[in-house]
Amino acid sequence: MSITRMFRDWDKYRKASPSGDLEKDHPDYKWAMAIDLDICTGCNACVVACYAENNVPTVGKDRFEHGQTMHWLRIERYWNEADAETPHRGAQFMPMMCQQCAAAPCETVCPVGATNQTPDGLNSQVYNRCIGSRYCSANCPYKVRYFNWYDYPEQEVAWPEPLPMQLNPDLTVRSKGIMEKCTFCIQRLRAAQSTARTEGRLVRDGEVLPACAQSCPSGAIVFGNLADPYSQVAKLWRQQQVELHKDKQDKDKTGDNGGVRGYRILEELRAYPSVLYLERVRDTKA
Amino acid sequence: MPDFTKGEEKDIRDTIAWAQINGDVLRSLSKPRFAFWALFTFALCLFSIGVACEVYQWRRGLGVANFDNPHVWGLYISTFIFWIGMSHSGTLLSAILHIIHADWRKPIYRFAEAMTTFSLMTAGLFVLIHLGRLWKFYYSLPYPSERMLWPNFQSPLLWDAIAIFTYLTSSILFLYVGAIPDFAICRDNATGWRKHFYSMLSLGWMGTDRQWRSFRVTYLTIACFLIPLAVSVHSIVASDFAMSQQPGWHVTSFPPYFVAGALYSGCAAIITLFIVLRYTFRFEEYMTMPILDKVGRLTFAIAMVWTYLNFVEYASVWYGDDMYAKDLLIQKATGPYSPFWWGMNFCGSVVPLLLLSKSVRGSPTAMMIVSLLLNLGMWLERWMIVAPTFSHGYYPWTMDHDQWPGFVQWGIVLGSFGWFGLLFMLFCKLVPSVSMYEVKEMVYHRTLAQRHAREA
Repeated sequence: MSITRMFRDWDKYRKASPSGDLEKDHPDYKWAMAIDLDICTGCNACVVACYAENNVPTVGKDRFEHGQTMHWLRIERYWNEADAETPHRGAQFMPMMCQQCAAAPCETVCPVGATNQTPDGLNSQVYNRCIGSRYCSANCPYKVRYFNWYDYPEQEVAWPEPLPMQLNPDLTVRSKGIMEKCTFCIQRLRAAQSTARTEGRLVRDGEVLPACAQSCPSGAIVFGNLADPYSQVAKLWRQQQVELHKDKQDKDKTGDNGGVRGYRILEELRAYPSVLYLERVRDTKA
Repeated sequence: MPDFTKGEEKDIRDTIAWAQINGDVLRSLSKPRFAFWALFTFALCLFSIGVACEVYQWRRGLGVANFDNPHVWGLYISTFIFWIGMSHSGTLLSAILHIIHADWRKPIYRFAEAMTTFSLMTAGLFVLIHLGRLWKFYYSLPYPSERMLWPNFQSPLLWDAIAIFTYLTSSILFLYVGAIPDFAICRDNATGWRKHFYSMLSLGWMGTDRQWRSFRVTYLTIACFLIPLAVSVHSIVASDFAMSQQPGWHVTSFPPYFVAGALYSGCAAIITLFIVLRYTFRFEEYMTMPILDKVGRLTFAIAMVWTYLNFVEYASVWYGDDMYAKDLLIQKATGPYSPFWWGMNFCGSVVPLLLLSKSVRGSPTAMMIVSLLLNLGMWLERWMIVAPTFSHGYYPWTMDHDQWPGFVQWGIVLGSFGWFGLLFMLFCKLVPSVSMYEVKEMVYHRTLAQRHAREA
């Protein structure tokens, strides 16, 4: 390959991520979410389900206070300052997990390439490859990556007897010194994809759900395949006029946000997150 | 106290006999003052604290050092940058001043080079200590593996690893090559195991004309190679931050800012060690006050460059359109880190103004205090680059203003000073810390110049 040819065919080598052509980037699957904050009641069922499904260690009160907690999915509680006189309106809740960015800031900085984009649009974390430099966490705008500050499976009592019996055998417990984070329950996705492949089809909408979406009593978390235009999640994204590959949505240029509630967090940083949030509607007269 | 201000005082007395130079320097290898052993013990104690902390941290995990989310880096990375910065002094004094023929560097460049090498070794330790799985550190090196697994060449941390290894090997080579003629002098004067030791190190140096020619060319070549390398190393360390996306780090001016900071802290450390060595090894004849005066002036100049770049950074954030970065800057000046942030600005930009005073530059005690304050400022600078960004990032929910580095972190930071001190003092005991042949050359040149002046 000559240099001249390389420059001539530059477009072939230069790969924008995401390219804007969802079908080209992800012919089969692009896993995504839509979370309706208006439906979310902040009940934390998703968090509990996440702990159970993913063998997330419970760190205890002291370490929680030290900020060393491991919750892959956290419910953030915000009190709106404008609501100070009307506390009965309640707090606002925001379930926050790894946003599975299409151009993830964490991926480029990892010295060993332990975190990567998968063909189905996930931001994977390879535990065996991680050396624990924590650069990914440093560069994550959402700070949704959690580091194993201690040796939870061996030295700590994250799962006192007989709790080890309930650990999920579909995935590992993580050793000390490595980074972990929400995977969109990749063990479930892989199982469903494998079944579908055996049957010569794609995964149907609703056939597989991560633990949080499955356990949400109010149905605030919608999960599915964005590459499938008929999936519920794709419909929501379309309805909310949010496109994966844009750092500023067309609707935001109109002034009234197109009359819809959809937004992605810190979109302007160009990480292209895969989680769509639907703003909560407040009754200002109540 | 002699007055150095009139320009009459010489960098070195030009009547020192060559045999006396040999005698004075070789004596430092055998009979240092008591202060040497006191400092050595002190360094050993600090080092032991660090080792104990590291053992504990290795066994239990990094949590014992009181890291959390979002504070994932803490003092290890700050102190890593600090030591990398220190390593620039040797290159500045040896290579840059060598090329521009500033011959007052000659009596003091050897220990500056040793400082370069040892501070790089210390910095390298921090990269390892900081890792969650230290025992897997080799994953970050580009070694050929049967699985065709390579490190991520996009990551600034990988550039770091490569740059530091290159710089470390080159600076060891530079230090060693520059010392060969002195090893030969040691060999000729040593007995017992020392004779053996220096014979090996001196590579059969006889001081023939041909050897001197080859030596000069080699030394100059490595010097020329080392200068761009030194600039690149700290630029790459700056890239760790500048290439990231976080507020306070995503700054284009970081590479030159880091290089200036590195030269600055390096110069300050040279002043400190200059005074320590001058006292402990009785090097008053060689490490003279006029030379200290020149180093002081150099430090002042670099301090002003650093100050300028510092204000460039503040100004570009203040007048820029990045509200997160601006918020962070305000947070630095008013939040829980404000004492340290103002301390850094005071030590880094105000204290060096003392160097304008001739009486300060002429007093070893004053210079010692000033240099320690400057280095404190530079250490704070690195901490103020790393920590506030973690405490006040993009995402309000994870802002954490209360985290304070744990005892283990402080212990390892202290231990690193002990480790550096041990290495440095062992070096001074085994290798002539004043370059004998270059000092002779310096004296010779001065004598020649005087003779010419008399004849003319």
